[in-house]
Amino acid sequence: MTLNPRGWPVILVLEVAVLAALLAMPAGLDHFWVIFVTRVMILALLAISFDLCWGYAGIMSFGQALFFGGAGYAVAVAARDLEITSVFIALPMAVAVGFVLSLFVGWFLLMTRFPPPIIFVALGTLTGSYIGQRLALSWYYLGGQNGIPSIPSLTVGDYPLYEGPVFYYMVLGLLLGVYLLCRWLVRSQFGLVLAGVRQQESRLTFLGYRVQTYKTMMFALAGSIAGLGGGLLAFHDGFIWPNSIGILVSTQAVIFVLFGGIGTLIGAVIGVGAIEYVGFELADRYPQIWPIILGALLLVVVMFRPTGLIGLLVPERERYGRFGKPPKGEDGDDGAA
Amino acid sequence: MALLEAEGVVQLYGALRALDGVAFSVAEGQFHGLVGPNGSGKSTLMKCIAGAEIPTGGAIRFAGTDITALPPERRARLGISLKFQITSVMPNLTVYDNVLLALQAGDRLRDLVRSLTRGGYDARIRETLARFRLIERSDDLAGILSHGQQQWLEIAMALVRQPKLLLLDEPTAGMSPEERWATAEILEPVRGHCAMVIVEHDLDFIREICDRLTVLNQGVVVDSGTVAEIQNSEKVREVYLSRV
Repeated sequence: MTLNPRGWPVILVLEVAVLAALLAMPAGLDHFWVIFVTRVMILALLAISFDLCWGYAGIMSFGQALFFGGAGYAVAVAARDLEITSVFIALPMAVAVGFVLSLFVGWFLLMTRFPPPIIFVALGTLTGSYIGQRLALSWYYLGGQNGIPSIPSLTVGDYPLYEGPVFYYMVLGLLLGVYLLCRWLVRSQFGLVLAGVRQQESRLTFLGYRVQTYKTMMFALAGSIAGLGGGLLAFHDGFIWPNSIGILVSTQAVIFVLFGGIGTLIGAVIGVGAIEYVGFELADRYPQIWPIILGALLLVVVMFRPTGLIGLLVPERERYGRFGKPPKGEDGDDGAA
Repeated sequence: MALLEAEGVVQLYGALRALDGVAFSVAEGQFHGLVGPNGSGKSTLMKCIAGAEIPTGGAIRFAGTDITALPPERRARLGISLKFQITSVMPNLTVYDNVLLALQAGDRLRDLVRSLTRGGYDARIRETLARFRLIERSDDLAGILSHGQQQWLEIAMALVRQPKLLLLDEPTAGMSPEERWATAEILEPVRGHCAMVIVEHDLDFIREICDRLTVLNQGVVVDSGTVAEIQNSEKVREVYLSRV
């Protein structure tokens, strides 16, 4: 099944449709849904960060929440104790915290003499996320199990950014910027190296690539994006708590991407929207058993459609895509991302 | 001076001596065959040369540089290329992109990020694909090629950067007789520009293509010489006859 009767790349059609819907939503939705979709877009940053790791670089990270929640805690503490709330300082700080944390973890787990096995990285990142959660739970300065409540609002000059349409469009702008950056990167010749790493990692080393360096770079980029998401969520919700840095959120990131479609950026975004919306509706209608229904639904998708929702719409060849600037005379971008 | 020299290479797996003081050398541009019964240490020696394994003892030098403990990617950058025994092309990349991936391995990171080099490589990639009879399949995914074509693609990837030494581990495994002779034809023009170490069970192919042979048995070099010398070697005959 394809959606491109005029020969347009399906992924490009989906991207434009999602962007158009996100641009129009605040005009047609009430305040509750504006806040809901803002959270979805923030969680999409987390999903994209996991997709970059596993879907593009072959790094099975079960610890993206460490960078997400770690950055959230950092900006919350800075806002509470140092009154740093300027969007121009707090958000770059969140990105920097995500970057430094992920670079440290990546250096330790990935920069080994030979490329490490997947299970080593999966358990290492899971352990990092668990340690982060335990630290947040037990450290009084971070609020213990209550977390940090009443985080001051983000500000632009003297203007506070409360949750609502302005915050919504700021998050949409940031998500769009991150999305386009990642799209450009994964379709570049650098992205070709990542595709090779994902398919035949050991072969790449014998071609002359230091695979560990490429993976560590992608891991740090993904950590920076997760950090941005964590910083935004802390300010948007006005609080942060230990679950934000722990295994639950790390697992959520995995499920978002598996459900939406691994190895496609738009799949990660759609996965978050679908799970959050279906989860909300189920919780509303079946308050006792909704987690069981949602879990069963996820299992069905993962078992019978390993390519996720996106696999229903996008032909296999388009998902693999092309890399780099084609020589003159060849077709251009096929939209895969 | 030899391009590749191995001296007293030992590889231990617990109590097993997979290689026991192996010494051999390969001259520039020479096609050198490694033959021997199963378990004689041929593939282990290839792994030690390529960097997949670090030998327990001995030394390996390439173009005068001691590479014994270098990681594989640094050996590749020095000019050593490898074709695996088991075909390992990237199945979900096009044939064209597989070759591009091999060719751009020496590029600077910032050039890869900005996709600056693909256009300049186009002619070379197409020329390579034509030589390996894959030009008609350049836009197909590598995973749908026949086994023989995947072997050719992998050899193309190994040769496209014009290495000084190519290690071929069973290049004709699983090929039809026609594909085997086509492989010999494809490799012939490289002679003189690029040395090769070839592990192969097809002795007709080895005789056809190699300048010199080294025979291994139980991790030890039995004999080394030209194809004619090895065919007349008493020591080699003993090894093979003793296993009949």
